[in-house]
Amino acid sequence: MTGGLLEIRGVHKSFGMLEALRGVDLTVRPGEVAAIIGPSGSGKSTLLRAINHLEKVDRGFVSLDGELVGYARRGSTLRELTEREILRRRTRIGFVFQNFNLFPHLTVLENVVEAPIFAQGRPRAQAEAEGRELLARVGLADRADARPRQLSGGQQQRVAIARALALRPAVVLFDEPTSALDPELVGEVLEVIKELAGTGTTLVVVTHEMAFAREVADTVVFMDGGVVIEQGPSADVLDRPASPRTKAFLEKVL
Amino acid sequence: MSADLAEGESRLLYPPPGMPPGGGSAASAGPADEDLRVVAARHPGRWLATAVVAVLLAMVVSSLVTNDRWEWDVVARYLTWPSILEGAWATIRLTVTASVVGFALGTVLALMRLSRSPLLQAVSWAYTWVFRSVPLLLQLLLWYNLAYLYPVLSLGIPFGPELLFFDTLDLIDKFWAAILGLGLSQAAYSAEIVRAGILGVDQGQHEAAASLGLPRHRQVRRIILPQAMRSIVPTAVNEVIGLLKGTSIVYVLAYGELFYIVSVIYGRNGRVVPLLIVAAIWYLALTTLITVVQYYVERHYAKGALRTLPPTPLQRVRWELQVGRSRLTGAPVPDGVPPAFAARVRVGRRVAPRGGAA
Repeated sequence: MTGGLLEIRGVHKSFGMLEALRGVDLTVRPGEVAAIIGPSGSGKSTLLRAINHLEKVDRGFVSLDGELVGYARRGSTLRELTEREILRRRTRIGFVFQNFNLFPHLTVLENVVEAPIFAQGRPRAQAEAEGRELLARVGLADRADARPRQLSGGQQQRVAIARALALRPAVVLFDEPTSALDPELVGEVLEVIKELAGTGTTLVVVTHEMAFAREVADTVVFMDGGVVIEQGPSADVLDRPASPRTKAFLEKVL
Repeated sequence: MSADLAEGESRLLYPPPGMPPGGGSAASAGPADEDLRVVAARHPGRWLATAVVAVLLAMVVSSLVTNDRWEWDVVARYLTWPSILEGAWATIRLTVTASVVGFALGTVLALMRLSRSPLLQAVSWAYTWVFRSVPLLLQLLLWYNLAYLYPVLSLGIPFGPELLFFDTLDLIDKFWAAILGLGLSQAAYSAEIVRAGILGVDQGQHEAAASLGLPRHRQVRRIILPQAMRSIVPTAVNEVIGLLKGTSIVYVLAYGELFYIVSVIYGRNGRVVPLLIVAAIWYLALTTLITVVQYYVERHYAKGALRTLPPTPLQRVRWELQVGRSRLTGAPVPDGVPPAFAARVRVGRRVAPRGGAA
């Protein structure tokens, strides 16, 4: 898998009177692993959802390999794409939710092959073979016929990762993938993400796991108040933060 | 007194060195722990209520048997009378067709109401408003008189040439007038039931389906509706049962459903009460059938929502029989009987030899 180049320029987003994003600029290079950290309410999750166009942005744009997500550019105007086109472009971006959001009425394998077959039109046999391969990769080859509620939280999140990867995405977004897990299940999920980090897919991970950010991420992005305060190599940001706000946050969580 | 109690308590909990654990005087003098007898609490109020209800029940049964005005022989004769069977069949056809029309249209209306187009929303809202407000009886008569408003119906291009013509009277006979009346008003209620079901599905499921890039119709049909069905089914069955009984209103069109047939027969022979009982028994039987179907439909949509599905009544009976046989013969419990059932055999065996030894 080859990773995509993710560019975020001047993104604004308000919910009513609340300005969640106030001009975010961020570039994630192909194959890079970026960890977004910051206090709750800083706009991390909103930014992630804006990348996938689950939230429409008010101003600014997100592009993947130069192709705008959700819009077509004509001169100085951005026109929202038809739903069909948005859905097509979304298949290049995998999304892993905090609460897994697996489809409880489908089996694990059905969860994984649904999108390759019905969003990308791949033949069922091929999708199923690939689906089983992916499940083996996340260590769940033997649970293909189980239903999500029969699995532990950690197993469910690993299925969710397999489901996101089944689209062969250029970018995978993780929205606090371990926040809903019991502490002893966090490791198995981080292990899968870590393994994924070596494959060349671009990863953007919103996380509270500082040790994970330090070990796996190439870049750490610190957000606060709806803007990016600081971005740089993980060791730099985590050990020698340039901004006093980053420093104050890290002192609280470390 | 309180000091005594406290002392006794502390001794029970923390026996001083030299005293055997749990060696309170009361405990050691009595029978062994496992021979303690359990006495259930008494419920005099419950006994009284049970007695009262039993007497009332006996009175009802006795009056049903002894009062010959019920004319049970007439009831028995007419229960399977050919025209009554035809009427019951017509009632089933009306119920099934109107349910299908009602829920199909209701689902469309629910999706319109949830769409982002203001016009679609408004039309759906107005439809529900009109069809819920006008009495069903009035609607039925209106549809039956459609030919007065539009003697000829045609298919063609809107505001353009017409291609196919139908005589309204030929197209909308009594059956279809009844279906239009029942189905269209049912759709108004179904729309709200389906909408409530869709709103009840977790927002995360909508987002997950969207984030995977699934086409919109696939999101609705494969991901959202099956999960919504869990809350739709119980209310929808209520509606279908209401519709089954509601078909009796179609007798105003002189359409030969169960209630109309019954009224024709008692109009001729004057046996009003027995024939009403015949109709009641049929409605009861059909409703029972729907309830059984409901159980299996609910079970189907519970897949994934429950870790293990509850057994069907048939499975339950089979397991009971298998367990019973094992208890009698001492044969091992067959595979496939769940532990909760199989455990009762082991309890039975363990108790038996102990009783024999004593």
